[in-house]
Amino acid sequence: MKPAPFEYIAPTTVEEALGHLTEYGYDAKVLAGGQSLIPMMNFRLAQPAVLVDLNKLAELSFIRSEKDGELRIGAMTRHFQVERDDLVAEHAPLIHEAMPKIATPQIRSRGTFGGSIAHADPAAELTTICVALDGRFRCQSVRGERWVPAKDFFLGMFTSVLEPDEMLVEIAIPPMAPRTGWALEEEARRVHDFALVGVGAVVTLDEQGCCERARLVFLSVGDGPVEAVKAAEMLIGKEGTPEIIRAAAEAVTEELDPSADIHASVKYRLHLARVLARRALEKAFARAAIPGTQAA
Amino acid sequence: MIKAMDITVTVNGEVFQKTIEPRLLLSDFIRHELNLSGTHVGCEHGVCGACTILFDGMPTRSCLMFAVQADGHEIRTVEDLGTMEDLHPLQEAFQETHALQCGFCTSGFLMSILPILEESTDLSEEDLKRAMEGNLCRCTGYQNIRDAVQLAAEKMSSGGES
Repeated sequence: MKPAPFEYIAPTTVEEALGHLTEYGYDAKVLAGGQSLIPMMNFRLAQPAVLVDLNKLAELSFIRSEKDGELRIGAMTRHFQVERDDLVAEHAPLIHEAMPKIATPQIRSRGTFGGSIAHADPAAELTTICVALDGRFRCQSVRGERWVPAKDFFLGMFTSVLEPDEMLVEIAIPPMAPRTGWALEEEARRVHDFALVGVGAVVTLDEQGCCERARLVFLSVGDGPVEAVKAAEMLIGKEGTPEIIRAAAEAVTEELDPSADIHASVKYRLHLARVLARRALEKAFARAAIPGTQAA
Repeated sequence: MIKAMDITVTVNGEVFQKTIEPRLLLSDFIRHELNLSGTHVGCEHGVCGACTILFDGMPTRSCLMFAVQADGHEIRTVEDLGTMEDLHPLQEAFQETHALQCGFCTSGFLMSILPILEESTDLSEEDLKRAMEGNLCRCTGYQNIRDAVQLAAEKMSSGGES
């Protein structure tokens, strides 16, 4: 297996990279960590004429927090860096907890945070988590820049709002409100494999211990991250009792329309969605209720 | 016609200068340009782990990188471990616990496990399992490889590092 020939460009500044994307448009493809793109090129499913390699853009590799506690991650920050970062563990424990579930150590050493998001794989953990955490993405081109909310970024399988001359440069994750709990639950054939179904849950309680805000976002059940809005609404104003959680978890299947493949039937995926939603909500409610665990 | 590119790479401490096509995978560069055939090519899409090398010290799939990207970087392959006469403790451990049968996957396992042991030889049962998670073996059933990692940790912690 050999990739088709391509012209290779490795710019050293974002400005230079954007210039190349403007010049080559649809003929160019951005190479970030390459852990999804290169397999596709090896199979010749992707045959870009020009490859713009971002690996020399040191300016896109950073993790920092803003004054208001918002976490900022540069698009070219590698998975292993995010996985080991204390700031991420403190500000976005859901991301910290998810990192070891993303592929294998040999992939996380090379794969990038922004690359995984821009690839828009419906089975990806980070896309789902960014939606659940109300993340925002900074997209840049020579025409200017725009911030896109994570929930509006994904258009379908491997498709995002990014224009051919545009690239994802930075990810912002807002600070977590007090009394917020989180969880990511997934079922995969092997720990590092693509999940058959996964769900990210984020729950915020009010001072009385009732649910003020709830998000349930699924992966591997549709063309992108799929949010169960109505099931989450059932939790608002309620305490996280086993009955309430079970009712919401049972309801998620009304909003999901997964497809079958060789690994799982529709019926099995819906079963997993119910079970995983219940587990994720139980964990999220428990974490939200214990003071101090938001930043554990 | 795509023009060839000049790269300079340090492999196992030796500096190589080569002129290559951009589409040449790093795994093929190592095998065919440098004639280091210890790095094996299995699935060529990042699943099997046979082609794992250390890229700037990190275990990396060499089939999921282009050789041009290695320009100016440092690579270690399985040839950097022991020799036939003087095996690395990790290789010794594989031999002593019968952690390989056909051996096709072995160099990938070695290069995945090596940096873990170089970081710490105090491994939990979970660590032992996770040390193997990125590599496939179709012969052993993994139990003997797990035992090899444990034995290697013992050898390397007691100063057996060659």
